[in-house]
This record gives sequence, structure tokens and C-alpha cells, in this order.
Amino acid sequence: MSTLIETRDLTRILNETVPVTLVKDISLTIGEREFVAVTGPSGSGKSSLLYLLGLLDRPTGGTLTIRDRDTARMDEDERAATRLANIGFVFQFHFLLPEFTARENVEIPMRKLGRLSRGEMRERASDLLAALGLTDHLNKRPDQLSGGQRQRVAVARALANDPPLILADEPTGSLDSKSSEQVFKILETLVREKGKTVVAVTHDLDMASRMDRRLHLIDGRLTSETEDAAVPGEDGSPHD
Amino acid sequence: MRLILDIALTHISGRGRQTIVAMLGVAVGVGFSIAMAALMQGGQDDFVRQLVDTMPHVQVTDEQRTARRQPAEDLFDAAAISGLRPRDDRRGIINPTEALSWLDGWVPGRFAATLKAQGVIRYSGQEVGAAVIGIDPQAEPRVSPIIGDFKAGNFAALAAGGNNVVIGDTMASRLGAKLGDTITAVSSEGLSRRFKIVGLFHTGTTARDEGEAYVLQKNAQILSARPNAINEINIKLDDPNAAPIVARRIEAELGYKAVAWQEANESILEALVVRNVIMYTVVAAIMLVAGFGIFNIISTITHEKARDIAIMKSLGFTEADMRILFVLEGVAIATAGTLLGWALGFAMIYALSLVRFELAATGQEMTRLPIAWSMLHYVIAAAFALGSAAIAGYLPARRAARSNPVDIIRGAT
Repeated sequence: MSTLIETRDLTRILNETVPVTLVKDISLTIGEREFVAVTGPSGSGKSSLLYLLGLLDRPTGGTLTIRDRDTARMDEDERAATRLANIGFVFQFHFLLPEFTARENVEIPMRKLGRLSRGEMRERASDLLAALGLTDHLNKRPDQLSGGQRQRVAVARALANDPPLILADEPTGSLDSKSSEQVFKILETLVREKGKTVVAVTHDLDMASRMDRRLHLIDGRLTSETEDAAVPGEDGSPHD
Repeated sequence: MRLILDIALTHISGRGRQTIVAMLGVAVGVGFSIAMAALMQGGQDDFVRQLVDTMPHVQVTDEQRTARRQPAEDLFDAAAISGLRPRDDRRGIINPTEALSWLDGWVPGRFAATLKAQGVIRYSGQEVGAAVIGIDPQAEPRVSPIIGDFKAGNFAALAAGGNNVVIGDTMASRLGAKLGDTITAVSSEGLSRRFKIVGLFHTGTTARDEGEAYVLQKNAQILSARPNAINEINIKLDDPNAAPIVARRIEAELGYKAVAWQEANESILEALVVRNVIMYTVVAAIMLVAGFGIFNIISTITHEKARDIAIMKSLGFTEADMRILFVLEGVAIATAGTLLGWALGFAMIYALSLVRFELAATGQEMTRLPIAWSMLHYVIAAAFALGSAAIAGYLPARRAARSNPVDIIRGAT
């Protein structure tokens, strides 16, 4: 399994009146085709770590390499280009553009990348949405969709440019149990069948237990890393 | 770029009422700017046209701007003579035949030589001070501003034998004289001569209608005791704008003062420049106000769309993309407003051009407002509108583009 992401002492401190440590000295390696859960209590730095890995934020210390490319050497344009082609984001809230239909939302990253013709983009967007069970909702705007449907559209948008890495920030956090299960299955399929790497922040320990690997954070530090079904509890102790 | 344009249009079309208000602000600004510019430019053009039409484009007189160089200055390095004034030369323009022949060789236009002398016109016990102008009836009509203003007779009547004179109707009424009457002209040298009125003109310029009397050049020379003299050459050019160049060349060659119409009316033309500056300042102010409307709507959109900005950045859009997006929105509103403003401006100009009125006080009729139909006004108004819109869009766009997506996403979640 080749390495996709590697961090060394990754640190993010907010320089406010009283400095706030979001992430501290995190060193980890994430390979391709991994299904990784990031767990921990609220304020433990899970989302901050995800934003650093997704190049939405810049670390104040340590190094982050994506496919052996040191991200510290990237300017804003290269970081944006990397996000566009290599990283797909799924957030707790769908964050779809409300004026556009489901298919148009999925087409937006493709249009930005500009590798496909308009016809190919439409076809790919339709295929992605169909694969997520949204064939009947291609031309609906986000406000005409249910929460679970919107989140599936968001997943389709994250997959639009076929990125190797999907970063999901509590993707099921705002969904009911049925929709949560649907979205989880989709993410799992992406890893098992599509060969993607998925890193998902979650509070749902049962869901985390079904993933290949769990990173547990407390106060911005990586306190444990497991690759079995045993998931650490909120206080860092093993949880069964 | 097409994607960003689509998003921009989607944003502004989603705010119909705000967009229409901002667009109307630009349209009114552009429309009124165009109408005002057309009216002011029209007035200016009309004024300048009258200036150009009522006076020679270049007037050469027998005066000199500076005194002749003194022989002592040529002989001695230490000699410095100051306070000299050019001497009045009663002989007028020396060697006029040669000067006129030289002008005939290259001047792009027409010219006529005259002898102007100060005198008094008397009739039936009334006296009026006047410039008695000796002209060549063949050449004068080609340069004279009053050729189209004759109420009776014309210059050709001067040549119809005898001592004839053409005067303004105001002078005639002050003297109580009419066509066919005989008046007496007295020169400053004390010589007098009787002339029969063979023509009356009305130019609308009081100084001219009341103070000029045209006679044959020969008669003027006799009256002022200056045989064969001329003291003015009036030139009408094919291109009035070439007057300064022509005047400089004549003055350099002949040594006499040659004044272009621009120089003669320098203060008026300066006033017109100031007026134009004021006009464009007002146009800029109008557009600035329209720009505030655009600034307002773009600021609102960037504020409302903070989450979209964050998500687009997370998708891979750059800060430059975000700036372009919101500047495009401002420019799109301004473009629509400008097109509407062009139509409004055109309609206003057309309506103004239909206004008719008379200036009864002077008896002159001004049938239409002077309007300048110029594409330049439309282009300038559009440039102001689009420029202010781009700035109005850029300021909130820059702020929005710089926003940290993480802050917005955290705030949203």
C-alpha cells in the first residue's frame, strides 16, 4: 500500500491573545485505499486535523506531504489545484450551492477542472448521482431534497473529479440513522470497490469501529491509533 | 471563466429586486450623464461654431508683438535695451501685394485685406462712433461673417459706382437713416466723405451692428489719408483647427501680429475647459452614487454567500476566482444598467432636441436646443459606470476572497 499522506509533528496553533492549540505534534501515515476514522471528544482537534490534511488550513509547525509533495512549498494556487484534483470534501452539512440543481452542483468541480467536455460532465454527474440512488433527483435544487439526499449529492460532488482522497467531516452528523447508514455504505464502497482513501471525522463510535483504522485525538494530540475493532473511549481508554 | 460567469449571473438573478434597483441606479446615472453631456457639448459646439463663424480664423494686423531689435544690440554685446514698445506704423502692412501673393501661395483657405479706420458717422445731426472698414467687395464675401446677415443690399452694391456704404441696422436706427440715405463719415484725421447707404445688415452682435461701416477699400484709404494701405488681413481656413499653425507661420514670415481665433478667445476656451471638468466631475459623482448601489448589493451577496465562498474554495476555487466572481457580478449589473442607460440617454436627448423656443428680446429665433449627438458620450458614461462598478465589486470581493474557509465552515457547523 503506497503512502498518500504523511505528517511529521503536525501542529496548528491559533495565535490569538491566548494561543489556542488545535493540533499538536501529530505524526501519521495514511496509505491508499485506507478507511480511516478520526475520533475524539468535541474540541479535540479532529476537524482541525482534517482541514490541515485537506489544505484548507496551514500548519504552524511540522510537515505535511501529499504523495511525497511537501505542502509547505505549495502556493495558494497549487493548494487550490491540489484540492480540486486530488481531494474531495464531505462536510457535516451538505454545503451545496442552493441556486444550482443536484447535477449542476456535481458538475461544478468538473467544470472548474476543465478536463471533460460539457457532455461528458453531464454524463458523469448523472452517473455519479445515479450510483448514489438519485436518478430521479438530478434536476432538483437542494431545497427540494431531503437531508440524506443532499448529503449524497455532496458525496457525488466530492467524487466528481475522481480524487484519490475523500475527507469527510462528520458526514452523518446531521442525518437520521437510516440516511447515516446509507452515507456510510457509500463511503465504504468508495474504499472497497473504488480504491479511494477515506478519512472521516466522526463522533459515532459504532461507525468508527466498522472502519479499518481509528485515530483518536484528545486536546489536539494523537493519543491512540488502532486497527482493530477496539475503539478508544472519550477519555482515551479502550472502549468495547 | 464561463463557470464563474454562470455562478455570477445565478447570484444576481437570485436577487431580482436588489439587482433591478442597482441596475436602475446605473441606468439613471448613465442616461442623465449622456443627456447632460450632449446638452453641454452641444452648447459648447454651438458657441465655438459661432465664434469661428463670426470672426476670422486668423487675423493679421499691422501691429507687432515686440519692438524691433535695435542696431545697438547687434553691435555691442553689453547693450541691453528695455521698455521699448512697437511703433505704430501708419503705413499699415508694408508691401501688401507681396504679402498677399505669398499667402495666396500656401494658405489652405480664403483671405481678404481690409483697411480699418476709426471715425464718426453723421446723419441728420446724429453721430455714432464707428470703425470704417475698407474692403474689396469681391474678396470680402469669402471671409466676412456678415455675408448671410444682410437685411437689404449686399457687399456687391458697394462696387456699383459712387461712394457707397453698408452699415448695421442698429446704427441706421440710431442715426435715423434708412437704405438710400446719404450719411457722412468723418475720419480721425478730420477728413470727411459722404456715402449712400446701399446695404443694411443685422448680425445680432451689438458691437458690429452698431459700430461697423463697410466702404470700398479705396474710399477708406482716401478717408484716412493712407493711400494704398491695408492694416488687416482676415483669413478663413478650410480647417479652423489649423489656425494656430498658420498664424505662427505668418507671424514668423511677415513679422506682423497674426492672431488665431483660439488665441483671441483664450479665456473663453479656458472657461469651456473648466466647464467640461465640472461636467465630468458631476458625471463621476453620479456614477459614484450608482457605484454605492452596486457596492451595497455585492457586499450583501458576499455576506450572504460566505458559506458558498468557503465551499467553493474547498472545492479548489482560488482567491482570484472569488475576486473575479464578485467583480463580474458588479460589472454584469453595470452592463445591464449601462445598456438601459444608453436607451434612456438617447430618449432624453431626442426629447430635448424636440424642444423649441424663441428669444423674442433680441428678435432672434433659436428654434432648437443645441444638442451634440456623439458616441463618445455613450462610451465615456459606460466607462465611468463599468469602472465604478468594477471598483464597487472589487472591494467586497477582495474581502470575501481573503476570508478563511475554515472559519466559515466552523461557524456554519
